[in-house]
This record gives sequence, structure tokens and C-alpha cells, in this order.
Amino acid sequence: MRFIPLAVAGLSALVLTACTTGKEAGPSLGAPKPSGASSQALPPATLELWHGFSTDAEVKAFEDAIAGFNKKFPQIKVNAKKGIQDDQITAAIRGGKAPDVAASFTTDNVAQWCSSGAFQDLTPVIKSDGIDLTVLPAASRSYTEFQGKRCMMPLLADAYGMFYNKALMKGEQPPKTLSELTELTKKLTVRDADGNIKVAGFMPSTQYYENSPSHLGPMTGAKWYNEDGTSAIGSDPAWKELLTWQKDLVDWFGYEKLEKFRKSLGDEWGAEHPFFEGKVAMVLDGEWRTAMIANDPEAKSLDYGTAPLPVSDTKPDLFGSGFTAGSVIGVPRGAKNPQHAWELVKHLTTDTESLVTLSNALRNVPTTKAAAESPNLSDDEKFKTFLDIFSHPKTSTLPANINSVFNQDVFSTFLIQWEKGAVKDLDAGLKDVDKRINDKMKLSGG
Amino acid sequence: MASPVHAAPKPSRWRRSEGLRALVWMSPFLVGLMVFLIYPLIATVYYSFHRYDLFTLEFIGLDNYAYVLKDERVWQSATNTLWLVVFMVPAQLLFALGLALLLTKIKTGAAIFRTIFFLPSLIPLVAGTVAFVFLLNPGTGAVNQVLAAVGITGPDWFGDPAWSKPSLTMLAMWGVGNTMMIFLAALLDVPKHLYEAASIDGAGAFRQFRSITLPMISPVLMFSTITGVIYALQYFTQAMIASRVASGSTDSAGSVFTPGYPDGSLLTLPQHLFQSGFRDWSMGMASVHALMLFVAAMVFTLILLRQFRFAEEAR
Repeated sequence: MRFIPLAVAGLSALVLTACTTGKEAGPSLGAPKPSGASSQALPPATLELWHGFSTDAEVKAFEDAIAGFNKKFPQIKVNAKKGIQDDQITAAIRGGKAPDVAASFTTDNVAQWCSSGAFQDLTPVIKSDGIDLTVLPAASRSYTEFQGKRCMMPLLADAYGMFYNKALMKGEQPPKTLSELTELTKKLTVRDADGNIKVAGFMPSTQYYENSPSHLGPMTGAKWYNEDGTSAIGSDPAWKELLTWQKDLVDWFGYEKLEKFRKSLGDEWGAEHPFFEGKVAMVLDGEWRTAMIANDPEAKSLDYGTAPLPVSDTKPDLFGSGFTAGSVIGVPRGAKNPQHAWELVKHLTTDTESLVTLSNALRNVPTTKAAAESPNLSDDEKFKTFLDIFSHPKTSTLPANINSVFNQDVFSTFLIQWEKGAVKDLDAGLKDVDKRINDKMKLSGG
Repeated sequence: MASPVHAAPKPSRWRRSEGLRALVWMSPFLVGLMVFLIYPLIATVYYSFHRYDLFTLEFIGLDNYAYVLKDERVWQSATNTLWLVVFMVPAQLLFALGLALLLTKIKTGAAIFRTIFFLPSLIPLVAGTVAFVFLLNPGTGAVNQVLAAVGITGPDWFGDPAWSKPSLTMLAMWGVGNTMMIFLAALLDVPKHLYEAASIDGAGAFRQFRSITLPMISPVLMFSTITGVIYALQYFTQAMIASRVASGSTDSAGSVFTPGYPDGSLLTLPQHLFQSGFRDWSMGMASVHALMLFVAAMVFTLILLRQFRFAEEAR
């Protein structure tokens, strides 16, 4: 019995230790230091950079961009570690073993990283270096900051538009409005004698590859959040317009038939992609698909075109816009050389030559206006569609939110019920989505 | 003045030094127990009363519990997990026992069959699950093509909420090799003379199984049932992989994979825990899920132990 107080004391110590885990701070970024010549006089250092790129071509492109940085800062060595996921970054920061610079493929964790201080606020150094962030589109600025804290910079962006198979289009031009899309889908869809789909003009299912609500929403200008951060899904009529249009088209196909067809299709990332195989005439997809088609031995001969997504008939000004998000990069808390790290982040995200190098190699959209207009950017008409979408003033994104994954989960789950016909009252269903998102927001302290 | 109480010190000191020595010998176990069981348990309870995003901690009382009680995904995942305990575990055990019994009866080629039945359990979980989902793909999978050849329209195995858990059960039965080997060893341990005596007394095969085999292998049955139930309560990898592969969805910019496809029918409580803690950064809520699992495992284990004890006593 005498050991009990001792054990309790020991356990309390352990619990308290755990509670303070991840609170150790390294040198912090932000001591105002002008860039340029004085920054180049930074003392020698070795930076550790973690990123998610993994294929040989991606890694080489990233190393080429870093080589440009080394020319500017020969005294700074960069050790790049490939194939790193967000969980590893978070764990390393918590464990006090953060790299100097970390990049992520998704924007879903930006809000948490910013609000918890896991990544350092870049605002002071951006100000002291006189960087004009308006060189970035508003959407890119939006997914890299949270509640006034800019803890990330956009590295490369993805923009979403429409791909169409010219052979299957029967001489038609890509649609510009939702009603044109409906009409063309019906015209291009081929069924067998039993009504089974052989070729779909367009797949309206939200379960189909890239047809997530985030990617579809810009077609009607639908908003995810209100100004106060609460869910706007139930109150923004644009969602209702989009979903009503979408359900009408699903019903025209027949949900069962559409699902049967969807499940018969090949892997999104493989050579059997239905667009490659001529099973779907028009698809919503990201700019990276152009590189995938070019690199696929069979698909590279595909005669296809790209266009902005069709938009609401009542909002023609949206035409040309779309969805964008992308990879992000920042300086974690606990970075050993934060000032050096910032110079690297600044180079990778604002240096035109670096962005063009990465964009040409990876076929992702460069984020700054100067890079997008650079004569060194590979000239490709199909890819240019996405550069235009990215820079369109009405192009939108999924803004950083503390429950980003949860919110998308809740809405996507609802949409499956909606398109299969299990939701009788759309307004009530969308209000319920709002409630679930807002309840979780309250619990998360948002 | 001397008293009987004063005569005690010698044995007491001896007992104390004995106790200390025992404690020293037990210390590796005690340290392990504290670090890997007691501390995580206390920390889980502690975090369950907090808003904890892996970096910041804030006391919020019972808010996590209140939210979890109202969260329909929790109840959906708990129901799915319970389904696996009630249907998948008995199916696995019966199938493993059936195979083991079969192997004891085979006269020639037993080693070959034993190897064939055991091999699937050596295949990595992820690879086995992916292969299973491909085989059961309603459009391109071999199983439905074979069924179609004999005039049967196969179901949408992993794509239909009514078939998804039975499909997982089939996958679990396919990989039952380890349990089968444990049962086989137990069956081969049953003394033959018991069967011979029963046979002379006129007991048939079923009576022999009920009155000799089952009682003799009941400790192994109990062990396999309890470990099977705990395994089912922790069921994660196969459900997550099957769900992801069958849905065809991936994580990309502006698009996230929602576990549980189709219609949340493959969402188990451990997956929901993982999602809450590591995707939604709600470690406090995930701690409540973990405590639910802990309590469920305790309750099931106690019920099973009691049932087996009653069965033993009844015999």
C-alpha cells in the first residue's frame, strides 16, 4: 500500500510530461531581417527539407529547384527527404525533431497547423522582406492561412477543369452551361439494348473519381463557409441549384445503372482510366492529368481537349473559373535554422525560375503571376486552360478550416444518400449538414 | 516491559526484504505494465475530458462524451463492430474447427491440405484484402464472371451495404489458418482411447464430438474465442482497405476518402477512432472512442469467461 502514493506520483509525472509534449520551442522565425544581400550573408547551415514527392521525376524536379537556391546561397546545404506524409510531419514537430522546412500535398491540415502553432507564422518575415502577396491569386492566399496567421506558402497549385474526348464529342464543342452539359451528356451517352451504359457523356455521380463537392461547387459558385466560419452549405442557394441539377442527371441515367457502370470502370490512376479507354466523353479533372496522358504509352495518342467547367445558366460570369488547391510549404516550430529555412521557402514559392522548373517537370500550375506568364513555361494549349482557370478572379478553393476533413466527410456522405434518392427533403438535409459541421466546430473550439 | 508485539520485528524485516526482492524481480514487468498499460489508460481518461489537437490542451469537462453519445457515426461504427463480433468471430471459429476436424480425418495428403489451408494466413493483410476486392469486383471480378457462367447474377459484394460485411467475413474465413492450426493441435492432443471407449459404448460421431472433443478442447476454444472477439473489436486494416479500394476514391486536393464505404457499412469503431484522432485532430474525442472499446472488450471477455466456466461446471 505504501507504494500507491509513489505510483500515483509517478503516473502524474508521466501524464504531466505527456501534456506538455510538443511544447518545446526552437529558435523562432520573425526577427526582422531584410532579405537580399544581408540574407545572403547568413552563416553556413544544413537544412532539412521534408516533402511528399516520391517518383524519380518528381524528386529530380524538386532537386533542380533546390539547385537554383544553392546558386543564391552556396553556404546553405539542403538535405531533401522524399515521400513524407503529414502524419510524419506532425509527429516530428510534437517530438521536437522537426525539419527546417516541410511541404504537404494537401491543404486539409493547414488550419490546425496554423492555429496550434505547429508551423511558424510567416507574416513578420513576409512583411520585412517586402513580399507582395497579391502576386498570388486570392484562392491560394486563402488555403495557406487561417484566422490571420499565414503559416504556409503555396508551392504548386492544382486547377480543375474539363477534359473532353474529341472522337466521342461527335463534332460538338465543350459545354459552357449546366443545361448544355445535360443536353450533351444525353446526346453522347450510349446504352445497350438492356439500357446498360456503354459510354457515358458525363458522370454526374459525386462518387466518381474527382467529382467531389469541392471540385463541383465552383460550377454554381457554391460557398462552404460563412464569414464567421460556420457552414454555408444549407444557406447558400448555389448548393441547392448544383445538387438539383446533378440529381436530375443521375435520375436520367438511373442510379442503379450509373452505379453499375461506375463500378465496372478501371482504376483512376492506372492505364485503364475510363477517359483513356473512351468510356466517358467528358470528365472533371485536374491539370496533372495532362502529364499522365502524355506519359501513358497508350493514352498519349488520345485526341482530347481541355476547357473550363460549365457553369450555372444564371451565372455566366463564372465561366472560366474553377476549383484550385495545391501543395503547401512552411517552417515548422522547432526548426533549427528558421531564417535559412524561410529563405528556402521564399525561393521555392516566389522565385519565377524555380516555379517554372517545377511546373515544367511536374505539370502543376505555378502559383505566381510572373511564373504563369513566363516565356520559359512549356507551351501547351491543353495545360494553358488550367493556367487561365487558376488565374480567373472567380476561381475558388476550400478555405482552410479546423475541421476540413470532417466537413468534407459529412457533406460527401450526405451526397451519396442524396444521389441514391434516400433524401426526401434537400433543404432539411443540407440544414442537417450545417448542424453537424457547426456542432463539431464548437467542440473543436472554432 | 516486553510484549508479544515486540517479538515480531525479525520476521517482519525478513518479509520486507523478501517483498523488496520480489519487487525487484518483478520490476521489468511492472515498468512495462505502467508504461504500456496503466499510463496509456490514465492518459486516455485524462484526454477524454479535454480538447486536445495533439499540440494544445484545454479542459472541456464532459463535452466529448456528450458529443460522442449524439454522433450517429459512432453508433453506426459500434453496430458494425458488434456485427463482426457476433457473426464474423463464430464463422471464423466454426470454419477453423471444421477444417481442423477435416484434417484429422484425412488419411493421405493431410500435409498438403494443411499447407493449402494455412497459406492464406501468411499473405499480408493489405495484399490479401486488395486481391479479394478485385476478385469480388461486380464488373470485372472473376467470382461474378464464374457465377454468371452458371446463370447466377453475383451480388455487388463490397459495393452493397447488405453484402459488404458478409464479404469481409468470407475474407476472414479465408485467412483462418492460424486458428485452424491451434485447433488441429488441440484435436490431436485428445487421447484416442476416449473415442475407443465411447465407440464401444455405442456413442455415435456427434455424441463423441459433444462429449469428448468439445470438453477436451474447451480451453483452446475459450482462448480462440476471447482473442477472436478482441481482434474483431480492433478490426481496422481489412475494412479500411476494402472500403478504399471498392470506393475507388483517393485523397487529392479538395477530395478526401471517407472510410466505411459503402454507406458506412464497413466503418468500424477503431477506424472512426483513427479518423477522429488523426484526421480530424480531435484526440479528446478519440480517447472517448478508445474507452468505449476498452469497456466493450472487458465486458465481452468477462461474459465469455463466465459462460465457459458455467459450461465447465455443467459438465
